[in-house]
Amino acid sequence: MSAATTKTARPRIGAEAIAGKGWLGAHNWLILRRLSQLGILALFLAGPWFGVWIVKGNLSSSLTLDLLPLTDPFLLAQSLAAGTLPYKEALIGAGIVVAFYLAVGGRVFCSWVCPMNLVTDAAAWLRRRLGLKGGKIPSGDTRYWLLGFMLLAAFATGSLAWEWVNPVSMLHRGLIFGFGLAWGIVGGVFLYDLLIATRGWCGHLCPMGAFYSLLGSTALVRVSAAHRSACDDCMDCFAVCPEPQVIRPALKAAGQDHPVILDRNCTNCGRCIDVCGKNVFRITTRFDRSES
Amino acid sequence: MGDMQDKPVGQAGASPRRRFLREVAGVAGGACLLSLGVGLYAKQASALPAVALRPPGALAEDDFLAACVRCGLCVRDCPYDTLKLAALGEAVPTGTPYFNARQIPCEMCEDIPCVAACPTGALDRSLTDIGKARMGLAVLIDHETCLNFLGLRCDVCYRVCPVIDKAITLERQHNPRSDRHAMLLPTVHSDYCTGCGKCEKSCVLPGEAAIKVLPVKLAQGSKAEHYRKGWEEKEAAGQSLIGEQIELPARGLEDKAYGDTRVLPGQGPVPATPARPGSGLDSGWKP
Repeated sequence: MSAATTKTARPRIGAEAIAGKGWLGAHNWLILRRLSQLGILALFLAGPWFGVWIVKGNLSSSLTLDLLPLTDPFLLAQSLAAGTLPYKEALIGAGIVVAFYLAVGGRVFCSWVCPMNLVTDAAAWLRRRLGLKGGKIPSGDTRYWLLGFMLLAAFATGSLAWEWVNPVSMLHRGLIFGFGLAWGIVGGVFLYDLLIATRGWCGHLCPMGAFYSLLGSTALVRVSAAHRSACDDCMDCFAVCPEPQVIRPALKAAGQDHPVILDRNCTNCGRCIDVCGKNVFRITTRFDRSES
Repeated sequence: MGDMQDKPVGQAGASPRRRFLREVAGVAGGACLLSLGVGLYAKQASALPAVALRPPGALAEDDFLAACVRCGLCVRDCPYDTLKLAALGEAVPTGTPYFNARQIPCEMCEDIPCVAACPTGALDRSLTDIGKARMGLAVLIDHETCLNFLGLRCDVCYRVCPVIDKAITLERQHNPRSDRHAMLLPTVHSDYCTGCGKCEKSCVLPGEAAIKVLPVKLAQGSKAEHYRKGWEEKEAAGQSLIGEQIELPARGLEDKAYGDTRVLPGQGPVPATPARPGSGLDSGWKP
């Protein structure tokens, strides 16, 4: 059997949830999330692959049904820092995106839309299965510094500096327009997450994620540890959460008395809801501070 | 990024403030170094290769790289699949649109859909007349293989040019090889050439074309503004600025009109006796 079972007698993460809710019940949010990620990707690929042009462009900027412009606000911020004022299509597109993520939580982009999430989730899953431990994890604040310096670099070089290496836009663009050597960068992130740092990319480095997390401070949709009295400290939620530090204040009443996860780095991925055998978590609004 | 979330036990003795400062310094330093690397890479890799042309209306390369978000909407709206998005590893900055004239040239659509599609203004919408596009400048780069320069009649680049007789003209020149034909030399005029690349695409030479479209910066020399051209000055002033030329007598041509240097047989100075063939500079060869 796997290395995990030979080392310890601890059951696999989420085993209790699967036993209690059934496999489907214990993967509700994960399935929805994958459908969302793949569905959005399919919308972009339907044009070039099957000639069905619902969405043109890529995540950097797109046009849906020749009507709805959407633009990535982080790319637009780089463009502004580089010294250009884009046309109103791009500004409106970015405005729509910003408004949406201010409402649902900035890092919903990371967990429900970003194609890189599939890569880093795969690395995290493989890391758990192989029982890989340790590594060198940079501080979670690195991403904010990187975000700041990248805007500075855009200003200094007069170009979208981060776009020369950005694995997120490179992966998405590669899938739609052709890869070239972009596989190397995506593979590099996968190996980095697998071998060097748990959740190293999304959780610690990605300046795009940092940008979206800044939009997450006012999110209306939030996860709440509403049934936290039932928690039996199995730690499964901490093990699967891509940003485990956000759980503690809500679950353990550390620094706050209500059970709502308000940390801007919570990606609303809902994995904690799935994996908890005691149904501690549920998705709700930031105003719903009730406990059951 | 040598900074760790959990410091080794050996440093536990340091005061929290000092540890915080060290942590911040480490993280900021690492991020700064990484940004510097990316910035330098971006700066270094931003040179556009000579064969890659930007779509019509593209801003000057520096401004273009600041404005283009690499979405590919221009690529999608190009009806002729002319435009490509550069993938990582190509010489063109990753994700930016370009075309290679020898492969697929620009068809110069009147409504310029690529420009209309650009959401950021990297392709400038003030370009409404495709005839004013300056994607590059055609250059007849190889006089040695161009068939027209060999005195043959190819003319294909001239005939496919959408701005025929303005952007490319055929200039007649004496053919010294046959001595009885003209060479018609394709000649590009930068005032009209849009850089669409149809001439390069259609050049009949196998492999490389003799006429190529290059970015204007590469193709065109700077104007010699400090030179005053006599013929322009004369036109502006209505007369020559230096007055009539002084007539000096030419020996043996005293009775001819000034400037007429033609010598008919039996006229003019007696030619020196021709040297024996093979001796001296004059070999005595006649075409």
